[in-house]
Amino acid sequence: MRLPFKRGRGEELHWGEFAIESFVRVAGGSAIFLVALIFFFLLREGTPAFWEVSFDNLLSTRWYPTFGFYGILPLLYGSLLVTAGATLLSVPLGLAAAIYMREVAPSWVREILKPLIEVIAGIPSVVLGFLGMGVVAPVVRRWLGLPTGLTAFTGSIMLAYMALPTIVSIAEDAIDAVPKDYRDGALALGATHWQAIYRVVLPAARSGILMAVMIGLGRAIGETMAVMMVTGNAARMGREWAALFRPVRTMTATIAAEMGEVAQGSTHYHVLFAVGMVLFLITFAINGVASIIALRGAPRRGGQWIR
Amino acid sequence: MVNLALAWAEAYTVQHPGVPIAVTGGGSGTGIAALINGTVDIANASREMKPEEIAEARAQGIEPVEHIVARDAIAVVVHPSNPVEGLTIPQLAAIFTGEITNWREVGGQNRPIVLLSRESNSGTYVYFLEQVVRQGDKESEALFSSDTLLMPSSEGIGNEVRQNPNAIGYDGLGYVTSDQKTLAVSRGEGEPYVKPSVETVNNTTYPIARPLYMYTNGPPSGVIRDYLEWITGPEGQAIVQELGFIPLQRR
Repeated sequence: MRLPFKRGRGEELHWGEFAIESFVRVAGGSAIFLVALIFFFLLREGTPAFWEVSFDNLLSTRWYPTFGFYGILPLLYGSLLVTAGATLLSVPLGLAAAIYMREVAPSWVREILKPLIEVIAGIPSVVLGFLGMGVVAPVVRRWLGLPTGLTAFTGSIMLAYMALPTIVSIAEDAIDAVPKDYRDGALALGATHWQAIYRVVLPAARSGILMAVMIGLGRAIGETMAVMMVTGNAARMGREWAALFRPVRTMTATIAAEMGEVAQGSTHYHVLFAVGMVLFLITFAINGVASIIALRGAPRRGGQWIR
Repeated sequence: MVNLALAWAEAYTVQHPGVPIAVTGGGSGTGIAALINGTVDIANASREMKPEEIAEARAQGIEPVEHIVARDAIAVVVHPSNPVEGLTIPQLAAIFTGEITNWREVGGQNRPIVLLSRESNSGTYVYFLEQVVRQGDKESEALFSSDTLLMPSSEGIGNEVRQNPNAIGYDGLGYVTSDQKTLAVSRGEGEPYVKPSVETVNNTTYPIARPLYMYTNGPPSGVIRDYLEWITGPEGQAIVQELGFIPLQRR
């Protein structure tokens, strides 16, 4: 370990350097410390739910918290369904956009598209929620002939829209990191432009693309406001095939809608924190997988491993 | 009732600039919780305080005193194109518990019924559940159908009712706009169907109406007493009427 001062023989103390180093160290440490604090707080407020409410109740399919039914399965189901739908919509679209911007589009098109896509990321989710409620939901209802347009699918559309900028920019960086030699090699061997993209560039950028998908997913599952406004918030477990086109209630919307009302320290309050714990674990797992992929994929992208 | 509380506060502070009034929304439970925690002087609520809330307040050294400040009616709303004109309370109960799922069964078109409700933190939700879904029966354990869409705001309900011919929702009469159709409601088969209005709520013929409350810590004194007297007086009650709520009857 390097000490902050007494760097070399006869050298004076570098106070400026020492101050900066300490500051960076404290800042870095506090980030970890804060995450640990959040986790501790969640645990403290959420774990009482597990002895106040029986497991049968928690794992039931009825969520009527005002009347003592705390089945969190419909909420978990709602979040997963909306996120799965969002993934199906945003990944192909985001990937296609990234490939187009890096490999196909002329550079002036890319210069216009890139900032535009980043602007999407800056739209507040309430605004998207209003858009979803007023414009997308009626269209979904009419076009698909549904009883109501406030469905998991509508939520998926809004979430896909929100996850798109993340997926596009990270996937684009991953494609950009593939050495130019790879493309040149493929083209020199007689591959068409599309074959070079599909067979050489994409496999080489695989880990970065997977990471883009996971980070986009992590953003989607934690999104609250837009989802609360367009998914209908009915806590139901649809077993039918078309469940994606029925209303659902997500974990995030439940916490947002109900946390303002509950008496602090009540069972309902603890259960909401337990729902928050489940959400935390899911995002933690998603981010964990993304980091593992990023770590494992790193050496390959540099081009050292030529097979 | 946050609209009403805001309008009162605005009008009152214009006349009495020395009295600052801050109003926060979030549902009756939020206001009562804030009163219990001692962070507000007045809690507005569209339902009575529950016995356990009163007990909790007393445990915190707060003695809630109830004041009726206005009346409200819950309107049942549908899309303007819906041919159904009126429903009985038992029919509404069957619809909102999910027994009746098609408009055909209550004299409408062959369409699925989409149920809209306020979120469970709304006083309107609790009132509608007790008076309509459970039909006033304290022993009843009936609940809203799990297919009910819970909307976080009145705007959410209005928006869906306006554009979806399958929808049925309920909300405070003060929040219903003219582009939604309000249904006449009857206490039961053979009873008269009554549309909600100032007259029908005042003469109690409209079946789904309720008082609105303000709770204070102990009997009000000083500026709070002045404010409450102003609210229940002619100026405050004029605002009640303006916003589509129902003013108190003169005793």
